This record gives sequence, structure tokens and C-alpha cells, in this order.
Amino acid sequence: MRIGIPMESGPAETRVAATPKTVAQLIKLGYEVVVVEGAGAKASYPDSEYAAQGAQIVGRAVAWAADVVCKINPPISAEIAAMSEGATLIALVAAPRSPELLKELAAQGLTVLAMDSVPRISRAQSMDVLSSMANIGGYRAVIEAAHEFGSFFTGQVTAAGKVPPAHVFVSGAGVAGLAAIGTAHSLGAVVHATDIRPEVAEQVESMGADFVAVKVAEQQVSTDGYAKEASAAYAQAAEAMYAEQAKVSDIIITTALIPGKPAPRLLTEEMVATMKPGSVIVDMAAGAGGNVAGSAPDKVVVTSNGVKIIGYTDLPTRLPTQASQLYGTNVVNLMKLVTPAKDGVMVLDMNDVVQRSMAVVSDGEVTWPPPPVAVTAAPPAAAQPVRPAKAEPKKRDPRVTWAVMAVCAVALMLLFWVSPEGLLGHFLVFALAVVIGYYVIGNVNHSLHTPLMSVTNAISGIIIVGALVGLQSASVGVLVAVLSVIGILLASINIFGGFTVTQRMLAMFRKA
Amino acid sequence: MSITLVTGSYIFAGLCFILALAGLSKHETAKRGNIFGMVGMGFALVFTILGTVLATTGATPTTGGPNWAIAAILIAMVIGAGVGVTMAVRVEMTGMPQLIALLHSFVGLTAVLVGWNAYFEPMATDSAGLHRGELFVGVFIGAVTFTGSIIAYLKLSAKMKSKPLMLPHHNAINLGAVVVIIGLTVWFVIDPHLWQLIVMTAVSLALGVHLVTSIGGGDMPVVVSMLNSYSGWAAAAAGFTLNNDLLIITGALVGSSGAYLSYIMCKAMNRSFISVIAGGFGSDGQVTGEEKDYGEHHETTAPEVAAMLKSAGSVIITPGYGMAVAQAQAAVADLTAKLRATGVTVRFGIHPVAGRLPGHMNVLLAEAKVPYDIVLEMDEINDDFPNTDVVLVIGANDTVNPAAQDDPTSPIAGMPVLEVWKAGTVVVFKRSMNTGYAGVQNPLFFKDNTLMLFGDAKERVEDIIKAL
Repeated sequence: MRIGIPMESGPAETRVAATPKTVAQLIKLGYEVVVVEGAGAKASYPDSEYAAQGAQIVGRAVAWAADVVCKINPPISAEIAAMSEGATLIALVAAPRSPELLKELAAQGLTVLAMDSVPRISRAQSMDVLSSMANIGGYRAVIEAAHEFGSFFTGQVTAAGKVPPAHVFVSGAGVAGLAAIGTAHSLGAVVHATDIRPEVAEQVESMGADFVAVKVAEQQVSTDGYAKEASAAYAQAAEAMYAEQAKVSDIIITTALIPGKPAPRLLTEEMVATMKPGSVIVDMAAGAGGNVAGSAPDKVVVTSNGVKIIGYTDLPTRLPTQASQLYGTNVVNLMKLVTPAKDGVMVLDMNDVVQRSMAVVSDGEVTWPPPPVAVTAAPPAAAQPVRPAKAEPKKRDPRVTWAVMAVCAVALMLLFWVSPEGLLGHFLVFALAVVIGYYVIGNVNHSLHTPLMSVTNAISGIIIVGALVGLQSASVGVLVAVLSVIGILLASINIFGGFTVTQRMLAMFRKA
Repeated sequence: MSITLVTGSYIFAGLCFILALAGLSKHETAKRGNIFGMVGMGFALVFTILGTVLATTGATPTTGGPNWAIAAILIAMVIGAGVGVTMAVRVEMTGMPQLIALLHSFVGLTAVLVGWNAYFEPMATDSAGLHRGELFVGVFIGAVTFTGSIIAYLKLSAKMKSKPLMLPHHNAINLGAVVVIIGLTVWFVIDPHLWQLIVMTAVSLALGVHLVTSIGGGDMPVVVSMLNSYSGWAAAAAGFTLNNDLLIITGALVGSSGAYLSYIMCKAMNRSFISVIAGGFGSDGQVTGEEKDYGEHHETTAPEVAAMLKSAGSVIITPGYGMAVAQAQAAVADLTAKLRATGVTVRFGIHPVAGRLPGHMNVLLAEAKVPYDIVLEMDEINDDFPNTDVVLVIGANDTVNPAAQDDPTSPIAGMPVLEVWKAGTVVVFKRSMNTGYAGVQNPLFFKDNTLMLFGDAKERVEDIIKAL
């Protein structure tokens, strides 16, 4: 089959859906690849390099007529019309927001795989364009902020005086947020970050930032890998936290997006007003309504108190070479999935949850939205959908447990009451030893189960003492003596065999 | 020498045993733990024998005095030590489960003998009735441990069919036996006769046989660990009978740690702990051979697998009992070393109940000199399968069966399994398309990303090494 790589039509778009490197990979999967003349020019990939990897350089019409067309932005009507019926389109289509586009694509009899509808499961990570683009966006947001910021990021002590480090605050620890944290940290800034999901604190800290938690009882555990809207109590506590951070931060980068909803408002005008002149805010959600009051899409707004609010929505396209390479690799990974035989024939498996989710239009029919997919991001909520077979563990009524324990205690007390004094001492020893035995191997390493068992086996050879004691009494009968000697013999096998075999096994364990 | 010195040595020995068990829970301290165990045992033995010398200096005509007793003890111990050490040195690591089961049976039998001795040699105490009760409990546990372990040994060494024996009303039989034993105990406490002891011993021996024969081979790891626990309780009961604190301490230590180990096993197999103790859990071992169309399986060859491994970035090997049967551990270790030398990440994923003994696979791999830090547990490695290129399933079946998760009607439903099918490619080493120990068909073999490599695991692994 033939894959067509057209030139992106938007004037601001600099990326391309395939690079020379990914073209080579597609050809290796058995496909024929055609690239429109000049498609990669803005991303610094000249036609000659594509040709060198085995792609044909063609005109616009040829690429659009291919069996599979890979591009980045949603196609315009003229482009859709140029596609042949039964062909497959791979692109970002923003399915939730563009029902009209889906209808138009379906009317042309196409199959559409939406790169922005990849389910957030680990298997599909390698094709998750939103992640790879967010990564670039997060990096670029810091670079843009540094460009507008009038000082160093890193603190220095120089002959010309001491320079304090910049304070960067990142809101939202998704892929973009984490990338921003890492970039700002490596530039030398002091970075703080927050997220509505407290479980990401560890990831934030791993990137070099301090996690700022919203102090409220409620916790959000994500089941689909995305953030959700929060409650009123949470919002209040969050507002207080943002107000505090606004006062102390030089740079604020906001990345909060909720799929299918306007972006949440995180910084109000009052908060922005409390920031120092010369501070910079990058609102990565400016295109979806903005996290920051006063931000405007694709513009740098300077407030009356001298705070610059950057609202660029094209951050990934500002790194066209890198963005094209990542997008292209995502496409290659998708093609690997749908080309199981590596023979250049695309086979869609609608039973596969990844392919089902991505196919927003299938053979001329709109197949969006797909059935929901739960992700294993949070163990408690995810366990149920993944394994419906597993029955809910039966929760025992705590009162029953207490009642059983009370009955046992009473029974034991009664037993102790009738027991002779000497026995109680033994019971004490017995009870304590049981508890010690339980705790002492509580954390046993799984690989040591066998040696542990053989050593306990050797130790239980202590029963030999019982047999020895049998010979101690003043008048030992012949029968008793014989039984005792047999017992001694058997227990000795146990003791010596058990310890020897344990020693043998332990000698074998070694570290790499 | 005074009696306090003997008791003191017991305290010392008890502490040594606690340190031994504690040491055995980590690799770094494991050897030290074993040495503590030996030191404790040495102390206990030396002082008890000295105590015997002390007690028998009174000399009796029937035994011929202390010299006779000491000679008998030493001879018995030397023979026992010789047999034990020979067995321990000669045993193949694959035969470890059998050996341990056999050793358990010795403890059980000794406990029975000690109990009988106590009957013939009743101690002069004011609470003889109570002592008789303790004696009965000790003999009961000892006898069950003895015959249960013998059956486990026979099943593990394939001298007996591992299929569970299903007598009609087997739960009623067990219950009946227990009721008879309790009845006899009460009677014996009130009015002792030798025949009661004989009948009780016989019933207990039979109960031990029945408990373990009704358990399938696949559940043997739990059984061995359970018998380990029983042997401890038997020693503790003997301690009560003989008023010996060292026996009580040691028995309770072994008993409770063994019980906890069994509990871990049960969790890993999704079995009820209570039903294991009661021996009733073999009941779902019988599987109807329902015919279901699972589709086609795909076959592969050793050179193909070699090529796949060469180009793989990460490989996980999940061994099972089949690796032990084929003695393939050395070849597998060799393969691992070769792949690691070429920069492939190789790790092992071990299911908690792989093999016939808890930790059996780890011992085999250690014997073959696979470093233990690349040998991981199921929980540690299960999340990594989706990012793994190739999984080699060597002689494992039920522990990698997706039916445990997907098919609620499967006999192994709910048992945690290694999720190998999430990897890029799964290569299954198998002798034929037969079912595993649980007798359940494995849908894994029919998955599109699964390739079957038929034949003896050892030979096939060697073929792959040659092709590399």
C-alpha cells in the first residue's frame, strides 16, 4: 500500500507528519511512501533527504490520492475531496469538538485514525501524540518565558554582585508540566509545582521540583489518566495556594486542561496584580479559554503592573524539527500496530481497544465515541474493570471479628483457670514463640522460601530432645529405650540433613 | 552440672533459633542465620546429652547404666547424621521438594514415638489427665504429619499419581476421623488404656494419608509448607507432654512461621487458608475436560527464536516446573549470560507457586549461577511485560494462564498470574499441547503473539544457544 505525506496547509504550521528517518521505517514495514515536494522544508527536512531514504517526491494530488494519508492538522474540505474512497487518513481531528468534520470525512467513505484519540494505556504510549507534543510544549514554554524574562534563571555570586535564582511555579504535572519542570530546573531555577492529583507528587519531585499540595481533605484519583474538574471546597483551598505562589514566583507556567471542557481558571486578575513587575506567565491553555485571567491566544499581553502573559498556542510548532520527528515516530508505531504481517498491508482490528479508540470514522461511518477504556493508572479503581472475574473480597463485619476474639479469649481464660500452675508457664512461652515465629519471617524474601523451609525443618529436629529425655528417667524399660533410640536416629537425619542442605543452597545464591 | 545449666542452654538455643529464622529472610544474612541454627542445635544437644548422663548415673539394671545409654545415643546420632548428610549432599536441586517432604515425615514419626514413650513412662505429676491429653494431641499431629509427608514425598517423586483422589464424601470422612479422635482423647484423659492410643494413632495415620492424597500435584507447594508447619506443632505438643520449654519454643516458632509461609502461598494461589489446613482444597482439582475451540497455535523453531532474541531489547524468562523436569536450568543460565553479554536485558519472572515448593525456581536458578538480583517476583515484574519484547515461557503453564483473569468459570479463576501475553512476543517451550497440572487448557498458547517451541526444554534452549 502507498502512504502519502502531504504538506500541511495552515500558514503557521511548520511540522510535517514524517521525517526521512520515519519514512525509512515505514518503507521497512513494506509500504511505498510518497512525499509532497517541500513538505518538510519548514522543519529542515529537504526533499533530497526523503528521496535518499527511498521516498518518492510527488505533487500534491498524488500524495492525497494515496491509500493512507498521514498528516498532522485536521484536513480542510478541499483536501478531503482529494482523497480516494476507502482510503485511510491518519491525523489529529479533535473528535469531541468537530462532529461536522467527522461527518464530512465519513461522507467521503474514509477510515480515519485520530492520533489525538489514543487511549491512555501503557501499550498505546508509543503512539500518544498528545504526550509527545505536550513534552515539546512544556520545554518551549520555559524557553519562551526565559526569552521574555529580564534576569537569569540560575542564582550566581559574581564580582558584580549576587544574583538570586528565578522562582518558577508550574501548575499541572502532566507531560507538559513535567517537561517544563525539568527544563526550568536544568536552567537553574528554583521550581515549585502543583497538581490536582496528589499521587503525582513523586513524579514532580523526581523532575527536581518541590510539590506544593492543596491542603484539603478531598483527593482525586484518576481512572482514565486525565484530570477532572474539582469540587468547591477544593477550589477554595487551591485559590489560596495560587494567591500565595503568585506573590513569590517570577515565572508561572500553567498547563491545566480538562478534555472536552474549557480550561479551568487558576490565576485571577487580582493574583496577577500581586506579581512583581517583569514576571512572566506562560498560559499553555490559552487556546482552550486560558488558565490565567487576561491571557489571549497567540499573543503576549503586558498587564498594567508589567507582568507579561504569554498565550502562544503553537508551542510545539516552534520546534518543528523535533516535533516532526516525534509525531512521525508516533505514526510509525501506529503503522506497526496495524501492519501485523509487516507486508505493507494495513489491517484494522476493531477488537483491539487501541485501534477501536483511534478509529473515529470507519469505512464511511462515524464510530466516535468509542466504548470507554479504563486505565491502570490508579490501582484501586482500575482493578475492577480490568478483572471483572475477581469477586469483591468479602468484608467481614468488624463486630463479628471482635465477637470471635472475645469468645476465644473467654475460652482461653477458662482453660487457664482450670490449668495447673506449671502449665501456664509453658503456655506463656508457647504464645510468645508463636507470635515471634510469625513476625520474624514477616518480610521473608520470596527466593529464600526453600532454604527457610529446610532450616525450619532442621530446627524442628529439636524433637530429638524429646527422645533423649525418654532415656533420662530412672527406670528405662527396653521398649522405651528402643523407641527413643529410633527417634534419636530419625531426628538426627533431620538435623544434619536439614542444615547441610540449607548450607548447600545458600552457597549457591550470588549477586550479579 | 545442675539442672539450671540445662535450662539456661535451652534459653540460649531458643534465641539462636529465632536469630536463625530472622537471618533466613534476607540474602545478606541467610548464611549467618543457618550458622545460628547450627550453634543453637549444638548447644541444645550437648547439654541434653550431658543431662541424660547426669540422670542415668543412677544406673538401672535393664539398660546397663549410663554407658549403655550414651553409646546408644551416639551410635544412633552418628548413623542419623551419616544418612542425613549423605542425602543432603547427593540430592539434586530438582529433587529438593521430595527431600524436604521426607524430612518432615521423620519429625512426625519421632513425635509419635516420643508420645508413645511418654505413655509407657508416665511422669509422676498431679495432673496426669491433662498430660495424657497433651500426649494425645502430640501423637495425633505427629501421625498426620508423618503419613501426610510420606504421601507428599511419593507424589513429588512421581512414585504415586499426583491426581487428587476423590473419595465420595471426603469431607465427611475427615470430619468423622476428627470426631473419633476427639472422643478417644476425652476417654483417654478420663480412663487411659493402651488400645485407645493404638486406635487413635491408626486413625491419625489414615487421616494424614487421606488429607494429602486428595490434594492435586499442582497444589503441592502449599502442602509442603503446611506439613512444615505441622511438624513444628508436633514438636510443640511433645514439649507440653514432656514439660520441655525448648521443644515448645522451637515447635511454636516453626509452626507459626510455617503457617505464615503457607498463608503467603495461599494468597498467591487465591486459595482459602482455612480449607488448606483442613485439606479440603483439592476438591476443585477435578476438571471436566470440556472441549472448546481455542483456535490455531503457531509453531516456531529454535533459529527463529534465536534471531528474535538477538534483536530484542528486553527479555523476560518465566520458568516453571517443566524447567526442573528437563534439568534445563544450566542451559537457561548459559543463554541468559550470552544474551546479557550482547547487551540484552534479561530478567526472570517467578510465580510464587512455580515448581513444587515455594522458592523452588530460585534455588534451581541459583544452582545454575543466575545472579539473584535479576530474578524477580511476580509482583515486581508484572507491570513490565507490556514493555518487554520477548518472553520465554519455559515449562510453565498454569502460572501464565490468562484464563485466570478472563474466564470466571475456569478452575484457576482469580489466581494471580504472570501477564506474559502483554509482551511483544511470547515463546512457549513445551513438550506437547497437553494441559498443565491444574488440567486446564491455556488460551495463551492460541494467542496471536504466542509461538510454540515443542520438544525437550533443555535441548531446545541448547539449540537456541547454538543458533545465536
